[in-house]
Amino acid sequence: MEFDFAEEQPKFLMLMYGLIAFVAVVGGLLLLLDVVPAWFARRREAQLVAASVSGTPLPRRRKQGEGLFALFFLLPTLLLLMVGLVVPAIRTTLLSFMDAGSNNWVGLRNYDWMFSDSSIVRVLINTLVWVVLVPLVATAFGLIYAVLVDKARFEAVAKSLIFLPMAISFVGASIIWKFVYAYRGDGDQIGLLNQIVVSLGGEPKQWLLESPLNTLLLIVIMIWIQAGFAMVVLSAAIKAIPGDIVEAARLDGVSPWQMFWRITMPSIRPALIVVAVTLTIATLKVFDIVRTSTNGNYDTSVIASEMYNQAFRYGQNGQGSALAVFLFVLVIPVVIYQIRNLRQQREG
Amino acid sequence: MTTATPTVAAGAQKTDGTTPTTAGRVRKRLNSRTATLVSIVIAVVWTIPTFGLFISSLRPEDEIKTTGWWTAFTNPQFTLENYQQVLFGRSASSGQLAGSFINSLAITIPSVLFPLAFAALAAYALAWIKFRGRDWLYIAIFALQIVPLQMALVPLLKFFSTGVTLGGVTLMPAWDLVDEQKFAQVWFAHTCFALPFAVFLLHNFISQLPGDLMEAARVDGASHPKIFRTIVLPLIMPALAAFGIFQFLWVWNDLLVALIFGGGDETAPLTVQLAEMAGTRGNEWQRLTAGAFVSIVVPLIVFLSLQRFFVRGLLAGSVKG
Repeated sequence: MEFDFAEEQPKFLMLMYGLIAFVAVVGGLLLLLDVVPAWFARRREAQLVAASVSGTPLPRRRKQGEGLFALFFLLPTLLLLMVGLVVPAIRTTLLSFMDAGSNNWVGLRNYDWMFSDSSIVRVLINTLVWVVLVPLVATAFGLIYAVLVDKARFEAVAKSLIFLPMAISFVGASIIWKFVYAYRGDGDQIGLLNQIVVSLGGEPKQWLLESPLNTLLLIVIMIWIQAGFAMVVLSAAIKAIPGDIVEAARLDGVSPWQMFWRITMPSIRPALIVVAVTLTIATLKVFDIVRTSTNGNYDTSVIASEMYNQAFRYGQNGQGSALAVFLFVLVIPVVIYQIRNLRQQREG
Repeated sequence: MTTATPTVAAGAQKTDGTTPTTAGRVRKRLNSRTATLVSIVIAVVWTIPTFGLFISSLRPEDEIKTTGWWTAFTNPQFTLENYQQVLFGRSASSGQLAGSFINSLAITIPSVLFPLAFAALAAYALAWIKFRGRDWLYIAIFALQIVPLQMALVPLLKFFSTGVTLGGVTLMPAWDLVDEQKFAQVWFAHTCFALPFAVFLLHNFISQLPGDLMEAARVDGASHPKIFRTIVLPLIMPALAAFGIFQFLWVWNDLLVALIFGGGDETAPLTVQLAEMAGTRGNEWQRLTAGAFVSIVVPLIVFLSLQRFFVRGLLAGSVKG
């Protein structure tokens, strides 16, 4: 019945191998870059000495190979990015035009399936709901909270409490909220939400089984996690507004409402965009919450979780890849928008 | 506008700014008091779900399953039995989270160190070594941030299981890993996926170091590796800490990568084990609540003690862009 520590030894051994590999690779690389140029420098010195003794013309001084250094500094990163990201991404694009076993070309059939199969259309609609609601609500909430808490007493503690869910895994957060949504048919409720409903005179519900309500309840989890991020970034932006602008406006007698819309909002616009874009991208890729809470059942699946199911549970590589590619396509315009904004900001 | 306002403000302040009406002062204080109150209420509401789960994890099984956690205030019964069971229990249903905890550690530590070191090297080269195509390379790496990792999963898994062959020539054999060796796959995947953001974040810091410093070191005959080790590394410690915390939280809390590249039950990290328990034993609240807290405690400690660095990294990564 007791936990056996000895059984865990292979894991620690493996961890040790990993650390040894780390020291060997990084240390080896730096050593290589230190030793080899030093050797070249010594050889060149010897050449110079030999040349001056024998009276032959000095060998022309070559420009030091900066490029070679750069190459070695960049080598691990470039190699890993190639093997782990670039080539796989290209392959996934190709796979999306092939059948389930990745053997035959099927043209656009996977994409056709994606937009015609009613269950997948449902997935796309769910994703749309997520992507509209999460950034909107989380950013709005973060902004309101940042304004409310600004210069309040206990500001640091109050901010930490909102920010804390960011440290919790999506899985942990899903369990926390599953407990809030818990349902018991008879007797006392153990889930907070049903208890509130009951004490208000309502009937307890199986929240996570009722579509489309369940999708909204999962979205609440994501907002709960991400609002802290929005709040921290926006709060920093608000504090960066020059004090004399605020002071001047106050002396001109603006109301808090005018202050918010005329001074605060324009000043923090860049930060607002960054927060909204970051949240949009994070939301598009949401997987853990759906998988832990409902496993994508009861009409709650989204693109990322459906991609996992298709590719790794049903062995439908083609369809899974098509979903991944579609996800990628959705991310691109969001990022282009952000880059254009950043450029405007730099010029303006 | 910004240049004109200070004098105006200062002038105005002297005449009538210092003597606001009593009514105005009272209203202002009330306003800020309401704001404080509302923000505290929201903060408390935000914390209630976590708090409820925590209280529950300390209650006896029968109590959790029959009464709400709020009844613990009127009828306090607490026990550590749940944690004992979920961590050290040997039956398959108990979770055996002590083992998973070690798995999480074994996965996370190298997955933080590797990208940190590689990205620091790359960011230095991109910022301070002059070579052709440098800007293009940086933009390319920066742009890779937008590739969702879903795009890489299927081929990367295939790469581990069958290796790489090009026109019949085996460039890289299959890894053929078993049991805890599969940690290496997870390290590899996490390292690859983290690099674009890591390079971007560290480049932000490294490129802002004073150029005179590098120049002086170069004149004194220091090589790039030497500059990197002795000048750059100590100076970018805060940035390294910021990214290290990011990556730590991200890897420790990750479900997807571990699910796909990890092995079976014996190498599953906490997140995978918990997700599994939530799916198959969704009503075993005594285990789920305690298990959730076992998985939360380490990132929470890291987060609370190093929040300063984390926030700094967050702001550098998202706002400076």
